[in-house]
Amino acid sequence: MLDDKFEVQVDEPHGPGVPAAGSILYLDGVSVSFDGFKALNALSLILAPGELRTIVGPNGAGKTTMMDVITGKTRPDEGDVLFDEKVDLTRLDESEIANLGIGRKFQKPTVFEHLSVFENLELALKADRGAFATLMFWLSGEQRDTIDATMARIGLADKSRHLAGALSHGQKQWLEIGMLLMQDQRLLLLDEPVAGMTDSETEATAQLILDLARDGSRSLVVVEHDMEFVRALGAKVTVLHEGSVLAEGTLETIQADSKVIEVYLGR
Amino acid sequence: MNAPSLSARLLAADDRRLWLGMAGCAIAFLVVVPMLNLAMPPDSALHMPNYMVTLLGKYLCYATLALAMDLVWGYCGVLSLGHGAFFALGGYAMGMFMMRSIGARGVYGNADLPDFMVFLNWKELPWYWMGFDHFWFAALMALAVPGALAFVFGWLAFRSRITGVYLSIITQAMTYALMLAFFRNEMGFGGNNGLTDFKDILGFPLAEPSTKLGLYMLSALVLGLAFLVARFVVTSKLGRIMMAVRDAESRVRFLGYSPTWVKLFGFTLSAMLAGLAGALYVPQVGIINPSEFSPANSIEIAIWVAVGGRGTLVGAVLGAFAVNGAKTWLTGAAPELWLFLLGALFIAVTLGLPKGLLGLWGQIRRKEKAHA
Repeated sequence: MLDDKFEVQVDEPHGPGVPAAGSILYLDGVSVSFDGFKALNALSLILAPGELRTIVGPNGAGKTTMMDVITGKTRPDEGDVLFDEKVDLTRLDESEIANLGIGRKFQKPTVFEHLSVFENLELALKADRGAFATLMFWLSGEQRDTIDATMARIGLADKSRHLAGALSHGQKQWLEIGMLLMQDQRLLLLDEPVAGMTDSETEATAQLILDLARDGSRSLVVVEHDMEFVRALGAKVTVLHEGSVLAEGTLETIQADSKVIEVYLGR
Repeated sequence: MNAPSLSARLLAADDRRLWLGMAGCAIAFLVVVPMLNLAMPPDSALHMPNYMVTLLGKYLCYATLALAMDLVWGYCGVLSLGHGAFFALGGYAMGMFMMRSIGARGVYGNADLPDFMVFLNWKELPWYWMGFDHFWFAALMALAVPGALAFVFGWLAFRSRITGVYLSIITQAMTYALMLAFFRNEMGFGGNNGLTDFKDILGFPLAEPSTKLGLYMLSALVLGLAFLVARFVVTSKLGRIMMAVRDAESRVRFLGYSPTWVKLFGFTLSAMLAGLAGALYVPQVGIINPSEFSPANSIEIAIWVAVGGRGTLVGAVLGAFAVNGAKTWLTGAAPELWLFLLGALFIAVTLGLPKGLLGLWGQIRRKEKAHA
């Protein structure tokens, strides 16, 4: 479904060569404003294939807006957003971007409440998305096993037939992560995946994310407020502030950075 | 698309109660009613008069229409308040065929032109009447015209992400515009009077009780078939995507599905079922005119579905029978009260019975179980 028309020549602010080369996600000078408020202000960010990245920042720093831009929900006023070196995401809509291999978990868990846990995962399952293909779709034994395995992995094996709307907040978070797993995406964006979870659930989620990052076949961007959780992930941290990158590095470097202390930890 | 899917899904995915219910309805509508009509002597208390058979036939068409409405409203979350237009278009297609079947038996004895065209002093048949001499063509058009209109209209609306009350309003505008257009004599569909004075259909005189019984039984068969089609759709993965679109449309996009095509499928299929219902309705009532396009008719369809219980299919059928039964009775007993009752019914159902009669039945059963 991707034509050449989506492949663009990027301008090269960083000198000669293809700046997005070797990246899975490339944001350059991305700005978004809502009624004069600059939600993103010349944001630039590069993510390598297989990388796990955590993003922190105070409220209003632009974390969710950044995810909206990457997933096609919001169009940037200016800047380049490239996936896999050359696919221009600013020209695609949400479903096209999802089909490219970018999955998203929302800040507020959104699952289909009138469908069962099993059915939620079945909808997310990687398969033909066309109307007629889904009309004639018949779950194979293999696919059923994949769903069962995912349910076991997210700790909902005994809730297969329960309506998603009846799950606890934490369970909904897990179900949504499970839906991302079913989609088998190459880039996962997780917006506050442990919000509302108990300590043990948070720990288990950190473990799951580390498991996902380990084999290097997918890249993950995790937005989180919980510093313990960020520490547990032990990944490179990007600090956003007022719509652009304030600092980048390990958690230790970040926490020692005077600018970060001033705008974030200092509060 | 593997071979066992169709039969396996129709049999496995459903509980036995549903199939017993369908068998029961089939016996009642296709065996008992014809027997009461034909085998019972006219003076017997059990005899079913001919007018009652036609009345039931009308209800069956309404039920098919309600089923179509439920598919798009109850499952896709698209509250179309213009479904009467698709029903009317299907009716006009069949009406045009029956007009052509009149031949030289009209008032003016003109074999080439319907009476109203002779009256308007038209010299030849407009191009869009071509082909309606053939039953197969008219039957095809009864499905294709509503389907094509729904497809184009839906594509424009859904692609622009028009949802909720805005979509309802433009569907009302659509049916209203069609009503005004069909009122015009220049349109060539009989204007104000519409199409009527039909004599026969495929050689069967419409005045004959046996033809009426046949049309009634065909309506019952079509309702059953439409139910199976709708059931197949809503129990498929597509049906679950429809419900997902209904509950959280934007979320569905991030899973890689396009809500536009999901809704477009539901809307187009629904319009074709509505057209089919209209095509069966017109030979039974003997007339089709622009008032069938009136916005109020379309709203009434939504009320049938709401009363029966939307998103259940069975509820839509139930609602169509219940509300139309009440309408027949009340417009006979106290005609001035009907519209008040209809309005009150809608408010009562919206406030007190969001899941309709079917939901009420479920509540009662759960209570009984809890007491037992």
